[in-house]
Amino acid sequence: MKILVCISVVPDTTTHIRFTDKMDALDTNGIQWIINPWDELALTRALEIREHPGSGVTQISVIHIGMKDTEPVIQKALAVGADSAYRVNHAPADSLEAASQIAEVVRKEPFDLVITGHDSADYNGSAVGEMLAELLGWASFSSISSLSVVDSVITLERESDIRSETIIAKAPCVVTIQKGIAKDPRIPSLRGIMTARSKQLTLVEPVKCAPLTHFVRFENPAPRSQCRMVDPSHVEELVNLLRNEANVL
Amino acid sequence: MIMSVLIYAHHDGEKFPKPVLELASYAYALARQTGGTVIAIVTGNPRESDLEKLGQHGVSKIWVTPEPAGPSFDNRAYAALVASAAEACGASFVLFADNAISRAVAPRMAVRLKAGYVSGVAGLPLHTDPFTVKRSVFTGKASAYAEILTPVKVLILARNTWQTIENPVTCLIEKFTPAVSLPAPDFEVVKVMEQTGTIRLQDAEVVVSGGRGMKSADNWKVLEDLAGALGAALACSRPVADEGWRPHQEHVGQTGKVIAPNLYIACGISGAIQHIGGISSSRVIVAINKDPEAPIFQFARYAIIGDLFQVLPALTQAVKKLKSE
Repeated sequence: MKILVCISVVPDTTTHIRFTDKMDALDTNGIQWIINPWDELALTRALEIREHPGSGVTQISVIHIGMKDTEPVIQKALAVGADSAYRVNHAPADSLEAASQIAEVVRKEPFDLVITGHDSADYNGSAVGEMLAELLGWASFSSISSLSVVDSVITLERESDIRSETIIAKAPCVVTIQKGIAKDPRIPSLRGIMTARSKQLTLVEPVKCAPLTHFVRFENPAPRSQCRMVDPSHVEELVNLLRNEANVL
Repeated sequence: MIMSVLIYAHHDGEKFPKPVLELASYAYALARQTGGTVIAIVTGNPRESDLEKLGQHGVSKIWVTPEPAGPSFDNRAYAALVASAAEACGASFVLFADNAISRAVAPRMAVRLKAGYVSGVAGLPLHTDPFTVKRSVFTGKASAYAEILTPVKVLILARNTWQTIENPVTCLIEKFTPAVSLPAPDFEVVKVMEQTGTIRLQDAEVVVSGGRGMKSADNWKVLEDLAGALGAALACSRPVADEGWRPHQEHVGQTGKVIAPNLYIACGISGAIQHIGGISSSRVIVAINKDPEAPIFQFARYAIIGDLFQVLPALTQAVKKLKSE
């Protein structure tokens, strides 16, 4: 079984988000770029699955749609254990564009299982996995809190509002994962970093695909009004304010 | 043909939950702005009195159709079903409430319809031509205006960004049969565990949340008591989930759940930027912390600087007293 993990590259989660003077693009000055935390969990889980004897997993690749400056982050994915990587040389404007580029690669090199994080910490589209599945005509499963592969059989736990269910899925499919699926992300070892350099990073030229949406302007949130302090020995005043001033009780 | 706004109204088995009524109210306002009427597609067998609720919130026509067959929810079938309804009514907009089902169905359906898709939508469009709508980005740290370039537009409305407004209209209820055969599910469900009794964090109006200031897993009773008195859901910050003091399902923040309750009470949470990202859409934030320098106070509307283990029991008593009046 061959697994493909889709990774997006996002600003470190401690970043204070700022935009360029015209407010039409992210100000990338000083930003540390990381693998989107949920995609990193997806990759971690894929590596855990392969370490389990009898998984039947023979290959784990990662794919990213982005420009050359994202390569250090892709190298990190290789350093923690992915076997090979694809970078589609394009900056996608929306989720459909990203999904279309991934679909093109999957059509050429068949994978059995594609794993993505349920959201990306930059533009929060939460759509690439599902769109990819629809483009490929595959089944897709989301809200997945547990994923295992034994003898190439895919077992999932899916959480909904009212129940959790254990599902046996057929390959090929797309699985969109949420928190709790893997243990801590891995830190690349020196040996990992050395071997990553010899692993294959395939550069793919993008296919033509027009975005259907795009961002025209950004805004930072309005500052909150000043905080009102309540004396800790008069908590009933807080209850009173919440009911009569804020109307939330 | 009149422009129509189609909404997917998911009935939870008991009722149309509040986000669906918010969605209907939003759809009505959008239809007023763009000139059209609101149609709802509903699966299953909701009571007539429930369907009338949609009519009270501005829905002019309801299409009722059986749940797609299968062992469990299959987003492929729902995507085909809602796409078929959108084509049948010539919808200009297909709208979803923000929940896991919508996020599984809407992107697939948008691909089927070759429609532009925007999630996390806050408020009515800024312009209708070109269609420009505001949404949150960077997990609540910023907003963006997204332009949709296609004739059909698929939107997921963010939670708690639109009030439930009654707009009674004459509402026609019809049976709907999709023009295409729905794809058959291709998976097996081998085990089901029902979850009962707890208030779902993402649906909760009031959330009580604990951070590292709670000091240990054994101290959660004071939070549970306050949550019980308020009818609130429990949440926690990332270090608390990482330490295993609380289950990861309760973690709110940039890498956990993103929530938007009416009232968020942060207890012993310093307010790291990643945490703020997950709660910044809350209507009112209350911070209780003993450190007067904690960044959470910059985001809170009300705050108490003091010892949690004294403040929380007193607060619980004060809430109980209020509720009993």
